[in-house]
Amino acid sequence: MSINEIQDEIIEEFSLFDDWMDKYQYLIDLSKNLPIIDEKYKQENYLIKGCQSQVWLFAEEKDGKVFFTADSDAIITKGIISLLIRVMSGQTPQDILDCDLHFIEAIGLKENLSPTRSNGLLSMIKQMKIYALAFKTQEK
Amino acid sequence: MYDVQSIRNDFPILGSTVNNHPLVYFDNAATTQKPQAVIDAIVEAYSRTNSNIHRGIHTLSQISTTQYEQARKTVQTFINAPSDREIIFTKGVTESLNLVAQTFGEAFLHEGDEVIVSAMEHHSNLVPWQIVCARHKATLRFIPFNKAGVLDVEAYKNLFTEKTKFVSVVHISNTLGTVNPIQTLIDIAHSHNVPIMIDGAQSIQHCPIDVQKLDCDFFAFSGHKVYAPTGIGVLWGKEKWLEKLPPYQGGGDMIETVTLEKTTYNTLPFKFEAGTTNYVGAHALGVALRYIMNLGIENIQRHESELMAYATQKLQEIPQVTIIGNAPEKAGAISFEVAGAHPADLGMILDKQGIAIRTGTHCTEPIMQFYGVPGTARMSFGLYNTMEEIDYAARIIARVATMFE
Repeated sequence: MSINEIQDEIIEEFSLFDDWMDKYQYLIDLSKNLPIIDEKYKQENYLIKGCQSQVWLFAEEKDGKVFFTADSDAIITKGIISLLIRVMSGQTPQDILDCDLHFIEAIGLKENLSPTRSNGLLSMIKQMKIYALAFKTQEK
Repeated sequence: MYDVQSIRNDFPILGSTVNNHPLVYFDNAATTQKPQAVIDAIVEAYSRTNSNIHRGIHTLSQISTTQYEQARKTVQTFINAPSDREIIFTKGVTESLNLVAQTFGEAFLHEGDEVIVSAMEHHSNLVPWQIVCARHKATLRFIPFNKAGVLDVEAYKNLFTEKTKFVSVVHISNTLGTVNPIQTLIDIAHSHNVPIMIDGAQSIQHCPIDVQKLDCDFFAFSGHKVYAPTGIGVLWGKEKWLEKLPPYQGGGDMIETVTLEKTTYNTLPFKFEAGTTNYVGAHALGVALRYIMNLGIENIQRHESELMAYATQKLQEIPQVTIIGNAPEKAGAISFEVAGAHPADLGMILDKQGIAIRTGTHCTEPIMQFYGVPGTARMSFGLYNTMEEIDYAARIIARVATMFE
């Protein structure tokens, strides 16, 4: 599936919830699906520091596609990361660089991306794109 | 009678909704909301009387100056200081603490000297002393505390040596809510002829303060935590100490005469108030303190201790909740954890239900290291909080706790 198809799928899933508690419950459930980063990469080099919670992110390229693994000490952050990975993992570097992650606003999580939230999500997206750029540069 | 419902009407923000829920404001240890009287004082000052204070010959300047100096007298009354010359306006408790650390360090700290603080200080009463001790090659020593969050007074006694020059201790912990036995700590410091400063950032709004009875040497607090605006704070110090300390900053108003070569300094308190101060903030602080005196700090204390007891009980009833800090005497704040949840998870969900709590390290990272937690969730109360708000928050926390099982 393309990035936009996956985003549409997520938007449809979240449209089922009108209560914030249910939305968060779903994010907590999703946190369990997160492809967890290998313990050996769970170190300073792969750490994205937020003020309140921490995120570790690793990426590798297989057959021209980028695959991400990650972890966080906060559960809801983990749930949101698992959505980001679902959208971007398995895509080409170019598609990752080009994508506009409109699903975040559509499912009501935009405030989590404000710099003042300091939960590392904004830096996480930036870091995912930096990985994509690095892999794209290697290809040439 | 303490009529909390009618008191709430004095605070316009408490009638607002957040994320479609009525606001439940449990972040009072970070800052308090402002009563209409304080808001009006600020608007009135800028609308009708604004003019720079001191030395102004014209009417508005004299009104401004009178308001500013009246506020100083109100602070004097509020903490029962012997003289208004001992009340210095600062921009907040952080500046008050830094002022004393810097100037005392400059005048009295030498290589090998020692300063005592507790291991539960807010960063604002830790970092200034780290800086000053490094500069003067002095050593910082720490009063330890136990798992309950209680300072070890015996260990404190043993920290004193002939090299001990100063003690600076927090009155009430912003993170643990512990009320420290400051009278005992002050008496012990004085038995060694060592001056002591009390960080009253979390006590000025919760309990009566009488600096003469306490007999501490310095007492510092912020306006914004006691229902006044941000950007104004107080340092009270005994005159004998303030006279001995060198000026903190140079500028206007703190001088007596200036030539290009040499300046003589103004008398107290102006020696420590360089430049144009936050005179509107000081005036509004005076209004806030009078508002509190009107309600009666003892009445506020009684109401808030009922809130603390009730909230503690309601949180203890939730099996997944662990309270961090169980000192026998607590005020203002309760820190807690929910099993399986990061504090940020909890804060995020509660926010969506209109409940404002603080999550994180609360500017006390050494306390987090002591308990081995990444942070805590903290509920902190003010004079306008109600039992019903606690019931609502406890219900939501109990529901959220099951989500992380």
